[in-house]
Amino acid sequence: MAGFDYDVLIMGSGPGGYVAGIRAAQLGLKAAVIERDKVGGVCLNVGCIPSKALIHQAELFRSLPALREMGVAVDVTGLDYSKVFDKSRKAADALSKGVAFLLKKYKAELITGDAALSGKNEVTLKDGKKITGKNIVVATGSRPRIIPGFEFDEDKVLSSTGALMLKKLPKKAIILGAGAIGVEFSHIWNSFGVEVHLVEMMDRILPLEDAEAVQVLARSFQKRGVQMYTGTKAVSMQKGKAGVSVILEDKAGARKTLEADLILVVVGRTCNTDSIGLDKVGITTEKGYIPFGDFNQTKVPGIYAIGDVVNTPLLAHVAFKEAEMVAEHLAGKSPAPRLDPLSIPGATYCEPQIASFGLTEWKAVEQKVPFAKASFPYRGAGKSVAIEASEGFVKVIYDPKTKEILGAHIVGADATELIHELLLARTAELLPEDIANMIHAHPTLSEAVMESMRAVEGWNIHM
Amino acid sequence: MSEKILMMALSPTMETGTIARWRKKEGDTIASGDVLCEVETDKATMDYESSSEGTLLKILLPEGGQAKVGEVIAVVGKPGEDISGIVAGLGSGSSADHARTAAQPAQAAAPAPAAVSAQSQAPQALRVPAAAPASGRIKSSPLARKVAAQKGVDLRSLTGSGPEGRIVMRDLSRLPASGAPALQAPQPALVQPGAGDVVVPISRMRKIIAKRLSESMYTAPHYYLTVAVGMDGLLAARAKMNAGREKKLSVNAFLMTIAGRTLARHPQVNTTWNGDTFLRHATADIGLAVALPEGLITPVVRDCARKGIIAIDAELADLVERARAGRLAPEEYAGAGFTISNLGMSGIDEFTAIINPPGSAILAVGAVRKEVVVAENDAMVVRQRMRMTLSCDHRVIDGAVGAAFLRELADMLENPLLALA
Repeated sequence: MAGFDYDVLIMGSGPGGYVAGIRAAQLGLKAAVIERDKVGGVCLNVGCIPSKALIHQAELFRSLPALREMGVAVDVTGLDYSKVFDKSRKAADALSKGVAFLLKKYKAELITGDAALSGKNEVTLKDGKKITGKNIVVATGSRPRIIPGFEFDEDKVLSSTGALMLKKLPKKAIILGAGAIGVEFSHIWNSFGVEVHLVEMMDRILPLEDAEAVQVLARSFQKRGVQMYTGTKAVSMQKGKAGVSVILEDKAGARKTLEADLILVVVGRTCNTDSIGLDKVGITTEKGYIPFGDFNQTKVPGIYAIGDVVNTPLLAHVAFKEAEMVAEHLAGKSPAPRLDPLSIPGATYCEPQIASFGLTEWKAVEQKVPFAKASFPYRGAGKSVAIEASEGFVKVIYDPKTKEILGAHIVGADATELIHELLLARTAELLPEDIANMIHAHPTLSEAVMESMRAVEGWNIHM
Repeated sequence: MSEKILMMALSPTMETGTIARWRKKEGDTIASGDVLCEVETDKATMDYESSSEGTLLKILLPEGGQAKVGEVIAVVGKPGEDISGIVAGLGSGSSADHARTAAQPAQAAAPAPAAVSAQSQAPQALRVPAAAPASGRIKSSPLARKVAAQKGVDLRSLTGSGPEGRIVMRDLSRLPASGAPALQAPQPALVQPGAGDVVVPISRMRKIIAKRLSESMYTAPHYYLTVAVGMDGLLAARAKMNAGREKKLSVNAFLMTIAGRTLARHPQVNTTWNGDTFLRHATADIGLAVALPEGLITPVVRDCARKGIIAIDAELADLVERARAGRLAPEEYAGAGFTISNLGMSGIDEFTAIINPPGSAILAVGAVRKEVVVAENDAMVVRQRMRMTLSCDHRVIDGAVGAAFLRELADMLENPLLALA
């Protein structure tokens, strides 16, 4: 390590950065993680974790009326949303502290500062301090994307960050963008009684997910009173005293004005690659993303890029895995040089949940991959009926010749947990018959997973 | 419930079997473990023990008939049971086709088979295509096993890159586009028979020999080292040891014993090329090429470095006798780490032999003859001399390593007392 302060210098302490730091340190490398804000990045502070805290409470609140069916007099008045907010901050703070503790435990140094690359092996902090590293990992993440005319003021025009930091609920809200974040906020706010208008440019909400799975969710949203506008874009917005007024335009060009207390704009994210000194080392971005090769190495030897700054799915668990891969590579181990794109799970937390990995039917057709599909409805698993969660299904996309699992899509209760059995099957190269023949405890929702594999094999018992 | 009895892979290399004799007849009661029939495999005649119980309802393959591994040869069930459905359904051959892929012929590189009975492992080989080779479990993912079977790829020809060396899909995708295991011997041109030429069908044993030896010659870069050995000392020692013995110790037993000792001192020679690793064998398992009317077979004496010559001689005599009778069990002729081929009795002075996998060297031994040699004082003397040539696989054994081994072997043969050192 002649002459360098660290073996590995990591810019950013989000899921990519802190995991790279911990893993590198575990493997005996001298590692430091530089963070300008709170430890843990977007995920812990203004992303996955606080949103799941909000969702959990939203679902608790939403389930209360079910008590009436037992004759309980339920009074749901007096909701104080600021208390809901406080709980979500508590969760975020606890986990942020947890990450700082883990970095310390594994002796990965945490440096506070705003770093930019100033050389192949060097970063410079805002205060002028220079730190050198034999290798540098760029894990600076992303921020909510701004669309012209809808600039965030975090009062009436919110980003996801603003929505998470909201202490008082609006009466009526427009959500622009029906990806996972837009759908999750629709779920939270609708549960607490907000009138939600969800606008999506593509033909359906969650446009990247399986169409049939989305249909189940869309039906549920419809029943709950979430107003959905698909194939619709927001053309312009005007801020007034009381709120916002947004002009929508559908595919046929028909316009319509929507008024609401506020608008949440969740139409994607922008890479934090613009002010981190990439030009100093000769890296040019493509659509904001840093180009990379095997082991997420950039064109500059010794500089790696992971997480939201590279064009892999913008998911915390993708950043985790890329971080582990880079750290292991730097420590001289031989991890797989890239992630299998078909083995990356996605999870959307609403009721019902949607979870998936790999090919959808649509993608298989588009990529001309021969495929077959099989599915099994939740209601065929007794447990789902017992717990009043019989809406949903497990669908698997597979190679008709080898029966290799190419993708899976689950919509329904606990989908985000159930998906992993199928994902394990894919990554361990198990065949549907392996899962079909494995004894599953009864009664569980996992039986629906087993039955979906039996559907591939052509011998369902409970359907 | 009636049950089909399938032709099983009774040896690691068996693809088809011929019924030599039915030991049970239709109507006989069968218990598990009973010998149903004798099956002529590629190299030996084996007893086929039943794993089913019931009454032998129907024999579908008569004596002399041949079936591929996995094809139905008989039906067992309850007396009087209607099996017309089963028998009628056999025409399609689909199940037999499926099972056939199961029994990929053993590659030359198959390591020594585990000491399990062929009967107990064969049904498993049928159920899990290509997954249960005679040599024991191959770690592989279910998908890789299935695709390998579909492509007709022998898993043993692959090196696993997954956890703990598990064979996974990416190992299969590294194969050439044809999907066949790396090297295929070129197809010789076919010659049309002319007047008076006779077309002789090729026996299974001949096919296996052809395949294994051309594969060895084609994949292992051979080179050859020859020495002349003075045999007076060894022949004198043998005469002394045999004096008064009813059963004389053979020259081959001496060769094997001394080669075993030498191998123990040169572990690099007792090594198998295993793709991306070497397999150094713990014991000196030496095969001896035995000529048969339709080919040859190499029964193996295990652990020659530690056994005494009397034990080796007795084992060898038994193996050779049973080899000639075609009654060797597969594990008795597989997995030699080193082989000796002796054509001395045929009056050959010296020759080169093709390496017998999984070994990496073979010793070709010529006849012992009286020769005039120049002694140390430049006088010409008459000595018993024998020439032997070591063929080495250069991937495993470099010239100097092979030479050191052969020199020490020759020294020990010239002065057998050195073997005690």
